[in-house]
Amino acid sequence: MLRYFYADELSSFPKLRDTMFRDRADQFKGRLGWDVHVNRAGEERDEYDLMNPLYVIWQQADGRHGGSMRFLPTSGRTMVNDHFRDLSDGAKIQSPLIWECTRFCLGAGAAPSVSGALMLGGLELGLGHHLTHAVGVFDHRMVRVYRRLGWGPTVMGSTGQGRDAISVGLWAFTPEIRATLLQRTGIGREVSKLWYDRAFGHRNPVSKSA
Amino acid sequence: MADGLDRIDPVVQGCYQRFHPVDWKQLDWSTKSSRHFLEEAAGAGVGNQGLSVPIRGPSGQFALFTVNHRCTDFEWEKFSQNSVKDLLLVSHYVNQKALELERGTDVVPGQALSPREIDALTMLALGLSRARAAERLSISEHTLRVYIEGARFKLGALNTTHAVARALVKGLLVV
Repeated sequence: MLRYFYADELSSFPKLRDTMFRDRADQFKGRLGWDVHVNRAGEERDEYDLMNPLYVIWQQADGRHGGSMRFLPTSGRTMVNDHFRDLSDGAKIQSPLIWECTRFCLGAGAAPSVSGALMLGGLELGLGHHLTHAVGVFDHRMVRVYRRLGWGPTVMGSTGQGRDAISVGLWAFTPEIRATLLQRTGIGREVSKLWYDRAFGHRNPVSKSA
Repeated sequence: MADGLDRIDPVVQGCYQRFHPVDWKQLDWSTKSSRHFLEEAAGAGVGNQGLSVPIRGPSGQFALFTVNHRCTDFEWEKFSQNSVKDLLLVSHYVNQKALELERGTDVVPGQALSPREIDALTMLALGLSRARAAERLSISEHTLRVYIEGARFKLGALNTTHAVARALVKGLLVV
């Protein structure tokens, strides 16, 4: 199922948290060979994980991490603005309606449908919070994967060559994409909404008297 | 905050360390202390409906912008569905102004427009549509929108027209 957690909520889900950071080490250091730091516990964490980001996580039936991505508001510090300014021609990407999405990660044993489910989670997050775009940093080879899933980014710029290329791109939050992602993942509209509402839905009226 | 109300207020509790807009109905008002707090607030004129926007600044600042009203759930739902996006922009604009007051100037230090942002505004100043401007710059309209949005933000402008006007007045564009 899709979960939406701020970093400070993860302490209640230690297995999910620990497997996520270990899967990130496997993917970014191991499989992609990015210059990222892996700690003694075999976890990949960076300074942005300390800024209480919002994670969209696919949680497997056994409670472990299946895949995830990380969101931060562009009004605060972000990876694109701190490290990849040259990829957007020096422009600082900053808007209340744009959030940054980074560290799109899949667990090594994750089912093929997980990547589509994560994109659905990202879309629900953006549409639910009235955003216009997500700006992301990703391995350039993923562009093909995103497009095949039905929601490709507009690439703003890339750095590096071949398998080392890292790109910055924009995803537009449009409701029309939802139907495509629901269909490709086989997830029901109501189920997706329920997962979202568990994190951001209404609990109860503030007071009965209007 | 002298009475430790920040520890009781569900709005502060529910928005601190967050960055998504929060309708007050998402918060937990069920504890005894928060019920009591709400009664006191209602006595002081606070309504039963609210939407709070937590804002995170570039240096780790935290600000909270709230709109509050007294009406039925149905009326509020209608209002908030139509207005959240505007409120997001308003809240960030107010926050930016507050930071300017604190600094004593509306000139954001070290925030020169990038070459691409200048290109985008120049095209608009010359009367090109977004589609044509994007085409001339060999970028997508989405990318163009981001450059315009970046320039708008840096110039402290309310909208694209305002941004073009400000950039022209400041002599940043050659048209």
